[in-house]
Amino acid sequence: MASYDVNGTAVEHDEEGYITNLSDWSKDLAQVIADAENIQMTDEHWAVVNFLREYYDEYQIAPAVRVLIKAIKKSMGPDVGNNKYMYELFPYGPAKQACKIAGLPKPTGCV
Amino acid sequence: MSDTKKFLYVNRRAPYGTIYALESLEVVLIGAAFEQDVSLAFLDDGVFQLTKGQKTDGLGVKNFSPTFRALGDYDVTKLYVEKESLEERGLSEADLQEIMYEDEDDDWEEKPSIRIVSRAEMVDIMSDQDVVLSF
Repeated sequence: MASYDVNGTAVEHDEEGYITNLSDWSKDLAQVIADAENIQMTDEHWAVVNFLREYYDEYQIAPAVRVLIKAIKKSMGPDVGNNKYMYELFPYGPAKQACKIAGLPKPTGCV
Repeated sequence: MSDTKKFLYVNRRAPYGTIYALESLEVVLIGAAFEQDVSLAFLDDGVFQLTKGQKTDGLGVKNFSPTFRALGDYDVTKLYVEKESLEERGLSEADLQEIMYEDEDDDWEEKPSIRIVSRAEMVDIMSDQDVVLSF
């Protein structure tokens, strides 16, 4: 199985790049995944990633894009919480790509 | 939207032991993206799905009961629980977890999603639907 290299430690991921063991996640790992996805992590990126992790911790699911954007809009305002900006942050889809960096399973309903 | 249909997902089985309960919830979450009028019904052993304090460590499966509390984010705000099914199992509303949603049309006031209904009321709810899916 393929893996990410985090400071010399191997962290396994599936064929799409989602980590296999959710407890393997760390901020260093997030950085490694982001590099592999060609994403420069900014404060806004981290805010989305942290939101996703908190949401998963509370509800045991990764939220749908619509739910994610609504929640970010509420917490960070409409300048960040809108479709266009979210896709600028995560060009391959805020839910799909941000969940990967956040170390969560692929969102339910994503194919 | 004029082509909105009323969907009712009927849950009649215990949460663990079979995959029905989890699959039903996943279908609800996926279906919620299609902006239909979605309700859930819990009767027979299905009422156990909403009980609070579930612990699944011994079973080796994920405790998905917290996910019911996310339904409000998906605009699924009607969870009908049959009173007789609760009583037949020695349960009451106090044994169920609290599930709230924010009402967009009422200044985001928090309101309960669970509605306890009688068997007779459940019959009316079912006959009022366009689509009934049973799990």
